[in-house]
Amino acid sequence: MDLAELNAIAAHERASRKPIRIACCTSLGCYASGAVELQQQLTAGVAATGRAENVEVVGVGCMGFCGHGPLVRIEPEDLLFEHVRPEQAPAIIAALDGGPCDVERGDPRHPFFARQLPIVRRNGGVIDPERIEAYIAAGGYATLYRVLHDVSPAEVIDQITRSGLRGRGGAGYPTGLKWATVAKSPGERKFVVCNGDEGDPGAFMDRSILESDPHLVLEGMAIAAYAVGAHEGYLYVRGEYPLAIQRLTRAISQARRHGLSGSQIFETAFDFKVEVRVGAGAFVCGEETALIASIEGRRGQPRPRPPYPAERGLWGCPTLINNVETFANIVPIIERGADWYASIGTARSKGTKVFALTGKIRNTGLIEVPMGITLREIIEDLGGGTPDGTPVKAVQTGGPSGGCIPASLFDTPVDYESLAAAGSIMGSGGMVVMDAGTNMVEIARFYMAFCMDESCGKCVPCRVGTVQMHHLLDKLVNGQATSEDLVQLEALCQIVREMSLCGLGQSAPNPVLSTLRYFRDEYAALLNAPSAAAPQPTD
Amino acid sequence: MAARTLTIDGQLVSARAGETILEAARDAGIAIPTLCHLEGLSAVGACRLCLVEVVGSSRLLPACLTPVSEGMEVRTASERLQANRRALVELLFAERNHVCAVCVASGNCELQNLAVQVGMTHVRYAYLTPQCSVDISHPQFGIDHNRCVLCTRCVRACDEVEGVHTWDVAGRGVNARVITDLGLPWGEATSCTSCGKCLLACPTGAIFRRGTSVAELERDPRRIAVIVASRQERW
Amino acid sequence: MAGKLKLATVWLGGCSGCHMSLLDLDTWLIDLAALADLVYSPIADQKHFPDGVDLSLVEGAVANEEHLALAQEVRHKSRVLVAMGDCAVTGNVTALRNQLGAPDRLLQQIYVEHGDARGVLPAAPGIIPRLLDRVVPLHAVVPVDHYLPGCPPAAPQIRALLKALLSGAPPPAGGRFG
Repeated sequence: MDLAELNAIAAHERASRKPIRIACCTSLGCYASGAVELQQQLTAGVAATGRAENVEVVGVGCMGFCGHGPLVRIEPEDLLFEHVRPEQAPAIIAALDGGPCDVERGDPRHPFFARQLPIVRRNGGVIDPERIEAYIAAGGYATLYRVLHDVSPAEVIDQITRSGLRGRGGAGYPTGLKWATVAKSPGERKFVVCNGDEGDPGAFMDRSILESDPHLVLEGMAIAAYAVGAHEGYLYVRGEYPLAIQRLTRAISQARRHGLSGSQIFETAFDFKVEVRVGAGAFVCGEETALIASIEGRRGQPRPRPPYPAERGLWGCPTLINNVETFANIVPIIERGADWYASIGTARSKGTKVFALTGKIRNTGLIEVPMGITLREIIEDLGGGTPDGTPVKAVQTGGPSGGCIPASLFDTPVDYESLAAAGSIMGSGGMVVMDAGTNMVEIARFYMAFCMDESCGKCVPCRVGTVQMHHLLDKLVNGQATSEDLVQLEALCQIVREMSLCGLGQSAPNPVLSTLRYFRDEYAALLNAPSAAAPQPTD
Repeated sequence: MAARTLTIDGQLVSARAGETILEAARDAGIAIPTLCHLEGLSAVGACRLCLVEVVGSSRLLPACLTPVSEGMEVRTASERLQANRRALVELLFAERNHVCAVCVASGNCELQNLAVQVGMTHVRYAYLTPQCSVDISHPQFGIDHNRCVLCTRCVRACDEVEGVHTWDVAGRGVNARVITDLGLPWGEATSCTSCGKCLLACPTGAIFRRGTSVAELERDPRRIAVIVASRQERW
Repeated sequence: MAGKLKLATVWLGGCSGCHMSLLDLDTWLIDLAALADLVYSPIADQKHFPDGVDLSLVEGAVANEEHLALAQEVRHKSRVLVAMGDCAVTGNVTALRNQLGAPDRLLQQIYVEHGDARGVLPAAPGIIPRLLDRVVPLHAVVPVDHYLPGCPPAAPQIRALLKALLSGAPPPAGGRFG
């Protein structure tokens, strides 16, 4: 493969496009509500009406408006159809002629779309994620070509550093610094690992990226490997994402067949081989040291850091671990330059962030917005508020490691520092919206149950402390708790946070702490029981 | 080997480069409580009892894994650390069914000693009273999961010292259990060499030698006659 | 009332071993009698727990309704309350039944399934107290001032604690479970 071949593939792909394109979202949400049958019906309908000459039906990745799926878009007219059922295929085809169509219409200029800034999701809902040609036609792999031929590893790292990109897994560690550390760590053998073990309740950003644009992640990983001097990579994807795994596996074999993965990529001396590793259902494997243990075939549990994986990671070798969304940012940054990227966002949080909007929100789905946008803009403008128009009470960000931010703080800009100051975290991008009917103590108990179930059991404070905290929250919710129980709950929050081994335990108290901070009255209202409640005799 | 000077609890201590804070403290006669640590085995930092404060670090660090450095200032017994350690020991006592009064290890148990060391007067947390099994399928040893604290010293002793890896951990959270040969009864775990190193490593009465409690003794006095008879044939 | 203090000892769900240990104090009991009056105890003939007790030592876990009521009464009427021995402090052997499930099931097994030929559940309302769902240590039902672990605590430990508390000093630290 060389540049001429790459360009030829792109040119051929563009030339074979038909004037009218019916794009059918086939990402998991739409897939689960009948998108595959819909796509078949559309294809059959186009053929049956003799329009195959100038109409193509294409399965595309996630369009983002998941709550309104299955989604169908017709180009170039830019017609959007929502909640489409397979039997409505003929009506959509009829609409090509401007005929009457009773299929629910969406507005492509809705703020939900208009307010977004797609960088990592730019191909989402646009290209067919199952065909490498579609990715190449969208400019794919040209950046890798340029990097391998014209840019030194140090320059790549410099670009990433200057872009201001920070880890999208949640902690926000500067990506360029991490790359530089791995590049400088001595070692013959190094690894690049992509963390796709997304597991926060209500989060599906990484799944959508992997399902919609797998090559973007692969290309980003290849550039990273070149920059840090690695030749082997692993994509660790949770087992609950079968479609993402299927598309990734297919993408890897396509890349290998085209000489874009494996040995001597683009006929240079650069080798990079990638494999998929499928998780087995443990949330803690999203923690980098547990993820490494899992890839190595050992029990997926964390070990204390340091040493950090950048120094001693997979099989003891220097290892770069970044999240899916972080890798998806690499190609756009190199393509358009660090300065362009750094011009988006706030002083310390650059670029965009993908969020999954769920809960009591009108527009459920996936959005990509510039850093610095306020929570209010996201929830009210893009999200459209609650479905029944009642006020929003709070939003939970950052999953079980995050916290609940009350509506009074919705003017908080979305950046790493501001969200932390509000008692939550950026996290990987889950946003669960809550309305007035939500009991915040129950929310805290829900997240604690999650942490308790997902604790690996290695360290004492997390293993037992989460169970005790859950027990106390349970007593609270059931109106059996005393004021001593609340004191003990707060003390446990402190102990589990300070004493736990890994991030899961250290942050497990966060949902309790943040709800206590903003909704203490709800806790107080549940303290009905007299002091030192006596156990009840049996009947 | 290069020496390092550091301060532990206000006391100047010299240590070898590469030593851990725990080793340096013990050499200097400063006791830091531990449970999952056992000299001779790799350190895992799981029990969290040896966490110490190091000036300049916002997080508490495990003494068993943190190497000393020049000028390091360590506090091992602040009020916060003592309160947290006491809470950890209470959490352990609340987790499974630890009944010292009827335990083979009473008087020779690291968990029981820890309770004294950290000043635990009673357990403030709810006892979880889980259902735990006792496996006495092995002819010489038994494991009572009621008394296991998941320190994994048996796992490491078996893997690192005996080189067998009969033991490992299955399940997660409070449902985690040490297991033999992928969950087979110990007596059917063919990889086990019956070396007894797990028994030596266990800090509590979880792993015990059989035949030492009531009505467990097995003996065959007829073996004396067999021995005498076989010797006579030689003569 | 200046002079002698009022001392009580209470026996809840335990084996009475802690009281045996107390009796092991032998001749010191005579010294104790000079310091305090034993106003309520399983080893004294007193039917009702009196008011205004200075120090109560409670042996045993809280296993039935009677224990619960007595524990609350003792707490209410005592200035200083000590959980004496592992059963009072942790539940200990008395609490082993918690692992075996609800008490109904337990009674059924013991008195009917494995009982004698007649196989009936003991029932005498007002005489045989009902079992609680779970056996709990003393501090789970009333605030406790001091803890004396041990199964049983050794006589010298009981003496050290009594000496300190009767003289108004803080009790000695330490003591081990089991």
